[in-house]
Amino acid sequence: MKRFLLRIAALLLILVALFAAWLAWANRNPDLEQASAAPTDAGAQIARGAYLARIGNCIGCHTARGGAAYAGGLAVPTPFGDIYASNLTPDRANGIGDWNSDDFWRAMHDGRGRDGRLLYPAFPYTNYTKLTRADSDAIFAYLKTLPPAQQPNREPELRFPYDQRALLYVWRALYFRPGQYVADASKPAAWNRGAYLTQGLGHCSACHAPRDGFGGTGLREELGGGMIPMLNWYAPPLNGNQAAGLGGWSEADLAAFLKNGISSMRAASGPMAEVIHGSLQYLREDDVRAIASYLHSLPQQLPPPQATPERLGKEEKRAILELGQSLYEDRCAGCHRANGTGASGIYPRLAGNQAVTSPMAVNPIRVVLNGGFPPSTAGNPRPYGMPPFAPTMSDEQVAAVISYIRNAWGNEAGIVSPAEVNRYRTRQER
Amino acid sequence: MLRPRIAMLCLLLASWRLAHAEAAIPDTIAQRVAACVACHGKEGRAASDGYYPRIAGKPAGYLYHQLLNFRAGKRTYPIMTAMLDNLSDAYLREIAQYFADQHPPYPPPQPPQADAAQLERGRQLVHEGDRSRKLPACVACHGARMTGVAPAIPGLIGLPRDYLLGQIGAWKIGTRHAAAPDCMAQVVDKLSGEDIVAVTAWLAAQAVTGDPAPLPASSVEPPLECGSLQQGAR
Repeated sequence: MKRFLLRIAALLLILVALFAAWLAWANRNPDLEQASAAPTDAGAQIARGAYLARIGNCIGCHTARGGAAYAGGLAVPTPFGDIYASNLTPDRANGIGDWNSDDFWRAMHDGRGRDGRLLYPAFPYTNYTKLTRADSDAIFAYLKTLPPAQQPNREPELRFPYDQRALLYVWRALYFRPGQYVADASKPAAWNRGAYLTQGLGHCSACHAPRDGFGGTGLREELGGGMIPMLNWYAPPLNGNQAAGLGGWSEADLAAFLKNGISSMRAASGPMAEVIHGSLQYLREDDVRAIASYLHSLPQQLPPPQATPERLGKEEKRAILELGQSLYEDRCAGCHRANGTGASGIYPRLAGNQAVTSPMAVNPIRVVLNGGFPPSTAGNPRPYGMPPFAPTMSDEQVAAVISYIRNAWGNEAGIVSPAEVNRYRTRQER
Repeated sequence: MLRPRIAMLCLLLASWRLAHAEAAIPDTIAQRVAACVACHGKEGRAASDGYYPRIAGKPAGYLYHQLLNFRAGKRTYPIMTAMLDNLSDAYLREIAQYFADQHPPYPPPQPPQADAAQLERGRQLVHEGDRSRKLPACVACHGARMTGVAPAIPGLIGLPRDYLLGQIGAWKIGTRHAAAPDCMAQVVDKLSGEDIVAVTAWLAAQAVTGDPAPLPASSVEPPLECGSLQQGAR
């Protein structure tokens, strides 16, 4: 008996040792040790850092509503609780005034605070790890020029067990692959630049990747599309596929969309409008084209999401579509046109629009309920708006009109139910 | 070889005509802000029986700063915030100016929703305030005609009662703020529940007759220090 217990204990010890070894191995960061090179032109470095900070949209999370820029305090909602973005101004007590460029590099490249503690991946270091040391240094140099804001940081408000930071070692072992972007020599420089920006600073996969129960994204499904947790918008897949991706967009259209918030066919809404307004509109022409060419080259990474099967009789369906059509002609056709063509660069086209026909109907539902404006950008400074219909249309009416546009002018997609509409009627914007 | 080409041309022409049969989208600010009138009524006139406030003819500086305040979280109404979040300051200023320049007729007020004693109390507070409580009269800032004062003080009449109640209530519970020092917050702080019932009932029952334009800034000497007046002209 004693021998048996000893054997069990030995086995357990081995398992624990193996687990620890795996954690240590999986948490290593092979290219962390990189010396900082002094800039040849400090002014140019700061200007480059300002551009890069824009493209990373740091300000989007690190600024509270109505608060000082980069002073932090905005709650980033996650399924595990709220995480508050930190103060990035050079305030010594609350911000990064006491940091040096090595500390900043370690945060960007390895997701650790100045004191060495693991950062929660609401801060997308899983993407920023791709940055070069020079780019990290440039962003840091820019942040150091900001006016210091005396705004204290707030600890995350996470449920047990997610409030146990040590568990992040396991999370990182599963989902974090540290390492700078490695250029693909077989591809043109512009493609590599696009890949570098998309995978790294742009952190597109923070929204456009499906997330599992632990908030991790699949390493091979980076831009496969998925519901954005807590925000409840569907971020569509980004790839060159004709049916499910961006294959139907010309590169010029895609570049116009990213820079202006509107293209000849589409208008940005929801979180993407925010990203374009605060960040992507500032992309240089060569960078926006680089991103477009990279996205176009990607294969489809996930099968398209499955729509819930309909249990509707033929007559029932016809009645819904008829109601939808009469509502459409009355409320929508003035702008989107009777044949769903919209008005180029003003009102988005609905015929053949994947945002309308996606198996995930959440985005059209939210747009009809809440309306909205595409972002003001240099290319489209005075956008035309869409009225909110939540106050004047019932769930049945919204469901019918969306079902109609999903099945008119050659569109083919599932019928939307009033219950599905109702789910988003009560949700609040953050 | 010619015939198919002519047929093709006819087809193209026909489809072009079909596409252009609908009127072109006008390149006007009115068309751009058509989203706003879905709730605020044609030209921003609203109705007297709902919740949504009239925005037509309100001082441009007031409207502009309210738009900024929604964006900055000083006012809370999720649909408004989502509408404005990604619009530039310059565009918001243009939108504010457009609605400030509209002067559609006012709808008649709803029948009073209070008894004679309450209405008299409301009238008194609006016109005289309450000296014993150092409560200034509404007209001391909002103008003798209660139609507001350019460029930053809004009118108080021609608004639905629910909206008036909603706004005073929002100041009371801290979900609406004006620029510091927030003089309106100081006033609301002194108002009791009965005061609020009386003031809103009386204001909502007033018909807008005569000139509804906001008065010039020189016409009032506000008894309190107000941050919104200092920023108003900007």
